Amino acid sequence: MRKLHSFSGGIHPPEHKERSTREPIAAAPLPPRLIVPLQQHAGTVADPLVRVGDKVLKGQPLAPALGPVSAATHAPTSGTVTGLAPHPAPHPSGLLSLCAVIEADGEDRWTERVPLDWRQADPRAVIDRLRDAGVVGLGGAAFPTAVKARANGRPVEILLLNGGECEPYITCDDMLMRERAPEIFRGIRILRHLTGAREVVVGIEDNKPEAIAAMEAAARASGLTAEVVAVPTLYPAGGEKQLIRVVTGREVPSGGLPLDAGVVCFNVATAHAVQRAVESGEPMVSRVVTVTGNVHAPRNYECLLGTPVGDLAALAGPAADTDGYIMGGPLMGFPVPSGNVPVVKATNCVIASSEALFPKPPPPMPCIRCGRCAEVCPASLQPMDLFWFAKAHNLEKAEAYSLFDCIECGCCDYVCPSHIPLVQYYKFAKGEIRSMKQEKEAADRARRRHEFRQFRQEREKQERAARLASRAPGAKKATARAEALAESQEGE
Amino acid sequence: MITAVLVVAGIAVVLGALLGYAAIRFRVEGNPVVQEIDKILPQTQCGQCGFAGCHPYAEAIAEGSADINRCPPGGERNIRRLADLLGVEFKPLSDEVAEPKPKSLAVIDESLCIGCTLCIQACPVDAIVGASKQMHTVIASECTGCELCLPPCPVDCIAMVPIEEDLGNWRWKYPANPLKAA
Repeated sequence: MRKLHSFSGGIHPPEHKERSTREPIAAAPLPPRLIVPLQQHAGTVADPLVRVGDKVLKGQPLAPALGPVSAATHAPTSGTVTGLAPHPAPHPSGLLSLCAVIEADGEDRWTERVPLDWRQADPRAVIDRLRDAGVVGLGGAAFPTAVKARANGRPVEILLLNGGECEPYITCDDMLMRERAPEIFRGIRILRHLTGAREVVVGIEDNKPEAIAAMEAAARASGLTAEVVAVPTLYPAGGEKQLIRVVTGREVPSGGLPLDAGVVCFNVATAHAVQRAVESGEPMVSRVVTVTGNVHAPRNYECLLGTPVGDLAALAGPAADTDGYIMGGPLMGFPVPSGNVPVVKATNCVIASSEALFPKPPPPMPCIRCGRCAEVCPASLQPMDLFWFAKAHNLEKAEAYSLFDCIECGCCDYVCPSHIPLVQYYKFAKGEIRSMKQEKEAADRARRRHEFRQFRQEREKQERAARLASRAPGAKKATARAEALAESQEGE
Repeated sequence: MITAVLVVAGIAVVLGALLGYAAIRFRVEGNPVVQEIDKILPQTQCGQCGFAGCHPYAEAIAEGSADINRCPPGGERNIRRLADLLGVEFKPLSDEVAEPKPKSLAVIDESLCIGCTLCIQACPVDAIVGASKQMHTVIASECTGCELCLPPCPVDCIAMVPIEEDLGNWRWKYPANPLKAA
């Protein structure tokens, strides 16, 4: 039995998870129209491969992966591309992002699916497959899985599977583990093969006993030496750094990666997607999403990426007083601008909100420096000081107080007796620091280019003078005359 | 007595040699304060301060002949940073210089461009490409928005387009205080 460790802080918000776990995962019906943002991952995005009017098959690439940190996007169903235009994106800003609109033909016909024998294949080919199949982390950050699985050639001791799912309301990973544990373990095998990890650990919060039992059974059946660990339920135990800390006792260094602690961490749903991409040759075109909150029949749906959030929520029957939708959990999610924004790879949960369910917070009062935020901070930061610096635009100081170690989990917001939107201040300060650094880089580049231009102009001037002096007819005579003139002037 | 004199003289020679060597080895090119000021300035090279670029302005600030509040693209944030660096009081942006504008990019209307190369010669950061009688265009990632290419253009085909907010450059806003808004 593994000795478990703990992280400092954490909270116990009401879970509301049992509401959406009563029914098994259902396949959402095919919506008439799908809106697929071409960027659904962290990193660069390429130009689209399709044009308006093109017929596409399910799983056909819409945009390839471009550059080292990228993943491809695919058509989630067969049909016709009717638009390739900016559309409101599932993003807190509500800004537009380039989306392909696909009118479904109802056949849902797959393009050719080529399974890959990963045991025989070159690991690089498997990693390329993950990238081209558009597999990204399904825990929320949507980081390309191929980049993580490559591990930069560094040794990996522990392959950690994250089944924490600590945020209230969300149950998509829980249901996936209950129903598809064998597939998840087949994905884990592939990830272990790629990373070369010695140890495999699955961390699951102990409020999901059915999932733990299913995963243990699957682990035994798979013959993989993997340990399924029940970690104490405490938000945010499903945070990557927190789970690593609890399971291994290791600390991910500030500004570093889990790899620096010899750990690579994937979400259990990502392992499932890896299995599909490699063994079935199916690119990432669907995912399990929890639909819950102010609805009559909360449950989990396996839905196509690009399904409008409103269409998905309608399946669960939103109550009459629903006033909007939250994408993600109540602590880290964000309200979407309308029901028309699509489900993307990072969407784990859609919560129908209402005034009764999530009452508007009372107006913020001054910070009384009670220190409760510091007690619950899972990153061991001093939230009240960070708040003070962010509020005063004292960005250098905020950065010096490890602002970038903040995981924006919202524990401090949750306990603040003055109802200060602390995380918003941190997000603001982080954004300002990032844009300041970008501006600084741009200024340095401009300085170098300006200095080089001056150098070049000077050089051109000298070259022109030299050319004139050497090429002009009777150049020597002219120089001699000029010298004589200068001498005579000096003589006077 | 003579040993004491010799010892002191010897120490003096050794230290003198060391100092002389250090003066050559660790020689500082230019005024370091100028470099520090130049690092803070936004490097648009726009000349709105009345100097021929960011470096000349930095030199003028360092020798005390120019005020720190003459840089519109840097805005108040840069004035604060300059005040911190130089240990002087913060001043609001001078009335003599232009109002700060939102960050913009120069965009050439390529159907109007006659290929005169005048804007290429005016660009302080070589961000315009083109050749004589050939269409010109602006390298968006290198343009500092200095507007120096606007006056020389004989056909007025260059426009300054403010940079719009998109998903790439969007940042969280400062939290609004509902009490103040009410």
